[in-house]
Amino acid sequence: MTAPFGARLDDVVVRYPAPARLRPSPDDAPALDGATCTVRAGSITGVLGRNGAGKTTLLSLLAAFRRPTGGTVLVGPDGSLEDPWENTWITSGVQLVRESGDVYPEEAVSETFEYLANVRPDWDGDLASRLLDQFEVDVRKKPAALSRGKRSAVGAVIGLASRAPLTIFDEVYLGMDAPTRYAFYDALLEDYAEHPRTVLVSSHHVEEVERLFEDVIVLDEGRVLLAEPADDLRARAVSLTGPSAAVERVADGRPVLHRQQLGPTLQVVVDGPLAPDERAAAQDAGLTLGPVPLQDLFVHLTRTPAGTTTEEVP
Amino acid sequence: MNRVFDGPEPIYVQIAQMIRGQVLARELTEEDQVMSTTQFATTFRINPATAAKAFGQLVDEGVLYKRRGLGMFVAPGARERLLDEHRRRYFAEVLEPALVQAELLEIPLDSIVDHVRGRAHGTTRGTDPEVSS
Repeated sequence: MTAPFGARLDDVVVRYPAPARLRPSPDDAPALDGATCTVRAGSITGVLGRNGAGKTTLLSLLAAFRRPTGGTVLVGPDGSLEDPWENTWITSGVQLVRESGDVYPEEAVSETFEYLANVRPDWDGDLASRLLDQFEVDVRKKPAALSRGKRSAVGAVIGLASRAPLTIFDEVYLGMDAPTRYAFYDALLEDYAEHPRTVLVSSHHVEEVERLFEDVIVLDEGRVLLAEPADDLRARAVSLTGPSAAVERVADGRPVLHRQQLGPTLQVVVDGPLAPDERAAAQDAGLTLGPVPLQDLFVHLTRTPAGTTTEEVP
Repeated sequence: MNRVFDGPEPIYVQIAQMIRGQVLARELTEEDQVMSTTQFATTFRINPATAAKAFGQLVDEGVLYKRRGLGMFVAPGARERLLDEHRRRYFAEVLEPALVQAELLEIPLDSIVDHVRGRAHGTTRGTDPEVSS
């Protein structure tokens, strides 16, 4: 089995040309705008972002489905990262599963699986058959004859059975019902534990998937807002609740992500963990300290300016 | 099972806490094998590295030890070690906040002492004015 692939993006810019032009011009709004981050080899990394944040563009770069307009993209095992563009060794080790499925549209689904068995060096046909049974996919049908949920399941099976050193699931669960999604998460964890590799999962349903992640990359408007271990992110922000004046005193000088006034009570979400003595002081001042779930942190950090309720502390 | 480990601490801290609790309650005894990281990951739908981090912490504390190729087992003397550790922290972390709260509620120390004595003798559960929580 091939060693897991990591990845590195440096100041990556991607511009899509406006419909009338063949090549992008600097006037086109960038889909990625100076994105820099690292994907650790062997991790399950979540790629989070609102619609249009650049998730799909970033993932397509790693699979060499497109080239960056600027900056560098490198993929490969630790210590020997390479440009994936037109690089057979790297691309044979990267399986991108997109919503479209990337299946033969006019053939039975089984044809796609036969093709993949030939091009994916670490392909596991037994696993593919087992999962297709579990997800109740009739492989004799053409993709168009399957429901959206079943097509998503086909994508999930392709990603899992590829055992690719870098396996990427781009919003793979769309159209899957809840039991199928959970069956997918279970199959992913089970297979990952036995066959460690790098897995990227993009999603905006943070709550359901966050516990699968070791690392998290948050994209916002084409930039990498943060890339951190998931545990650090969960510990990153704190909510402070209590009498307004006391909350303001503790929050003073800290970046405020969100504030909500409930009569005399103020709740403020501050960015950055509090040191143990600061926590104790805040509690002595009568404040209640609470954790900020990843989902909430994500919402606070990627809020559009127009919809913001955040105000700076005067 | 997915909504276990919902507390404010990092998940690996909560997993370690759960195993410590099981050892203290004798649900896990010396030389018992604990679930593998894979079983933990699939049972609770968490990243296997998260479970591994918890196990690493418990190995450092002498609660678990690793048998090569077999898995994680409860270390001899693990319960005694945990009892020592938890007893040491009991007064600072459990009793002290309760006494601070009592002060805030203006509950006289005597009635707390009476309550504790009564409980020890099994005679009554509440000689004190209605103390909730």
